[in-house]
Amino acid sequence: MAAASTETAIRSSNVTRVFIYLVLLLFALFYLLPFGIMLVNSLKPLSEITGGNMIALPRDWTIAPWLSAWSTAQIGVEPTGLRPYFINSIVMAVPAVVLSTVVGALNGYVLTKWHFRGATIIFGLLLFSCFIPFQIVLIPMARILGLLDIAGTTTGLILVHFVYGIGFTTLYFRNYYAAFPTELVRAAQIDGAGFFQIFWRIMLPSSGPIIAVSFIWQFTNIWNDFLFGASFASGGGAPMTVALNNLVNSSTGVREYNVHFAGAIMAAAPTLLVYIVAGRYFVRGLMAGSVKG
Amino acid sequence: MGFLDIDNVTKSYGAVEVLHKVDIDVQEGEFLVLVGPSGCGKSTLLNMIAGLEGITSGEIRIKDRVMNGVHPSRRNIAMVFQSYALYPNMTVGKNITFGLEMHGTPKPEREKAMKDVAQLLQIEHLLDRKPGQLSGGQRQRVAMGRALVRNPDVFLFDEPLSNLDAKLRVDMRTEIKKLHHRLGTTIVYVTHDQIEAMTLSTRIAVMFNGYVQQLGTPKEIYDTPANLFVATFMGSPAMNVLKVKLEERNGVPHAVMAGADGAERALAMPNAPAAAKAYLGREVMLGIRPEAITDPEGADRNARNIQPLANTVGVTEPAGADTFVTMTLAGKDCVARMRADADVRPGQPFDFAVNMDKAVLFDIETETRIA
Repeated sequence: MAAASTETAIRSSNVTRVFIYLVLLLFALFYLLPFGIMLVNSLKPLSEITGGNMIALPRDWTIAPWLSAWSTAQIGVEPTGLRPYFINSIVMAVPAVVLSTVVGALNGYVLTKWHFRGATIIFGLLLFSCFIPFQIVLIPMARILGLLDIAGTTTGLILVHFVYGIGFTTLYFRNYYAAFPTELVRAAQIDGAGFFQIFWRIMLPSSGPIIAVSFIWQFTNIWNDFLFGASFASGGGAPMTVALNNLVNSSTGVREYNVHFAGAIMAAAPTLLVYIVAGRYFVRGLMAGSVKG
Repeated sequence: MGFLDIDNVTKSYGAVEVLHKVDIDVQEGEFLVLVGPSGCGKSTLLNMIAGLEGITSGEIRIKDRVMNGVHPSRRNIAMVFQSYALYPNMTVGKNITFGLEMHGTPKPEREKAMKDVAQLLQIEHLLDRKPGQLSGGQRQRVAMGRALVRNPDVFLFDEPLSNLDAKLRVDMRTEIKKLHHRLGTTIVYVTHDQIEAMTLSTRIAVMFNGYVQQLGTPKEIYDTPANLFVATFMGSPAMNVLKVKLEERNGVPHAVMAGADGAERALAMPNAPAAAKAYLGREVMLGIRPEAITDPEGADRNARNIQPLANTVGVTEPAGADTFVTMTLAGKDCVARMRADADVRPGQPFDFAVNMDKAVLFDIETETRIA
């Protein structure tokens, strides 16, 4: 009897397994469909889109829309393509991500390993910044950027994203370091390491997963941001998202959907790449941070 | 003036005083063990010696230098932590030399010191590994190596063996003792394990509730405990503590109690301390170690006062080397430690021999030893 029942258990679990995989496959296809359509249409001449089926594969494969979107398409008033704006976004995102991650790590380190009066209140206030809607800070931020004389520049955008990111990065690193054994810090103190030596030599080398989390989170948010980009950068200083909008919404001439699709994929590519490269660290880091909090 | 002076040290968190006027002088080369149940303040005291916690009042001096407010790295101490606290991102070699590097020792000297220590602890083959690749015992050695390499004035050990399994713990205990014999360094060692305390120390400070209950050699602590807490905390199985009546019979004080059958048993105490006179006719606590209650053949031949005690055997627990016998005495379970082959059977009467030289008396009210 026992043998029979195990066998049926295995058989039914196989059936369930196939069913689960089918459902998952279906959902995966469903989620991939929009991207597939974008890709397919970015490789067609415009006539095939306007004259026919959007879902069909291209009859004439072409990379002309990609070349156009990258270097010749009309963005606002200049026929520059998306390239300069792509560079803008990189120049903006990389320093902002690095700065906010480093400062978040320092904050987390101080908040968990160097207890001082009011640490919890400061952490609470920092957390609060995660919940302030972007719109609320637009006007005060514009005023401050004006006072600092960096309004409308990429430097200004870096500052905005850096400051706005500190809340999240601090949250990540504080939770991660809360589970980090304090005895290590004490041992390093007895060994004679100072504040920054402990940070660089002991804490940071053990923070790989949470650095990945902070990096992915910050990069995706900063790269995808539209509101700050549209508000605080103008003309040639605009980031990729704003330029993409300008490409798609330009009111002159024919709407080149194939170029728009190519541009949209270009705008999404870096964040996709970051997820593919560092995605598994993302999950691991989130789990590690959530063990103790 | 000791080598390490703990001079009337207290520790408070806000209004709560957790450590009360601790006063211990540690001589050079001594192995002092702070032992007590969790929450007794022993780790706090150790952290205060290390400089990881502030001193509320009093002074800690190492080699006559006042250490209050001195940074941990400038006290010339080294500490072995319970979790070993090895830096996970560095190799064993780096772990050992990190402290020297931080103190600005030049590289050739660091390498030499590392080699010497690695040889001493037999961890030369592990130097290139990361802590994550080591077993518990190996980590323990590396943690000791990291402490030794600094050649400190005082070694601090914070429950270093409690993360090891039972067998390894005994091995490492012997190892630490050997190391102490060989190097003759001053050690302060925190543990909650009274066997570790007894075996390792040259002196023990038994702590409870933030007070040092008793400070003395292992023999003093074991044979003449200052109070009921020390008596029952030190020793395994614990000392039997029985409520008895002290009566004078034929000019000799007797401890009078009820046996398993309810009838009276009286144990003569001709060597009772002089202070016991004042307790005649009153109830006191009688403390007898299990090994002081034996079968007549197993009794200590050098004892001056062995008293016979007829009683019914309750339960026997053969433990290989000894057999533990539980009986009812003065209304409580009382454990006797017999030779393994002693002929005792549950439920049968047996003639025990009680070595009253080793018996101690405690005041019921104050719980301190009558001496």
